Amino acid sequence: MILNIVSIVLIALGLFFFAVGTLGILRFPDFYTRVQAAGKCDSLAAVLVLIGIAVYNLGDLSLAAVLVSIKILFIAAFVFISSPTATHAITDAALLIGVKPWTKEKNTP
Amino acid sequence: MAKVVTFFVMFAFWVVMSGMFDAFHLSLGVVSCLLIAHFSHSLLLYGDPKSWGRGFFGILFYLPWLFWEILISNLQVTYIVLHPRMLDLIDPQLVRFKTSLKRPLSKVTLAQSITLTPGTVTVDIEEDELLVYALTASGAESLPGSAMERRIAAALEGGK
Repeated sequence: MILNIVSIVLIALGLFFFAVGTLGILRFPDFYTRVQAAGKCDSLAAVLVLIGIAVYNLGDLSLAAVLVSIKILFIAAFVFISSPTATHAITDAALLIGVKPWTKEKNTP
Repeated sequence: MAKVVTFFVMFAFWVVMSGMFDAFHLSLGVVSCLLIAHFSHSLLLYGDPKSWGRGFFGILFYLPWLFWEILISNLQVTYIVLHPRMLDLIDPQLVRFKTSLKRPLSKVTLAQSITLTPGTVTVDIEEDELLVYALTASGAESLPGSAMERRIAAALEGGK
């Protein structure tokens, strides 16, 4: 029961951050700011959802369930490593081919 | 030494991943972990054996603080995204700054941490200079000599 509440709260928080990340992609002005919204809010959201699933999975406490939860936590850890690496690679590539960043001075009258 | 430690880390990982404890699966694990430990032991652990434990426990104690920082800065970005006059709040800019960190591991940790905290992305590292793209002016100003850098230095470079 308590586990269910904890996992529901975690997954709901994760979905909230997913929604904010998606809104950010739609609202931000240029490529770089959109990468920010896409890459970052989503990594926290994905980790929150994964931890929520891992907690939910502990409902029947057996060795197999604990092992599955540990595997889910490993996925979360790898998301934390791979997500910033991908964000960095995309941003670096965009700068290299010369995508111009949006700046405040240029766009305020 | 590196091979032995790599073998045990790999084997522990194998056991957790497979979840099978019969002789057949365990011996398969022993064989493949021995092969991996023999051929790629220099990837996981390198340098002075004394620094391995420091790296592992340093990162272990650094992670909770990082997670807290990620939560806080995520809330800041959430505020910016949901703000009606969002374009007034953001002021994107590229910043260069020097870091005092020496080990490659701690530089990578710093770069990844900067990218993980919303509002800042590490674009490039050359020697000891980081190129960072920041979403707001305050995010850009807080980068050089940040608490993050000090904590990484304490966690991964303290004893040197």
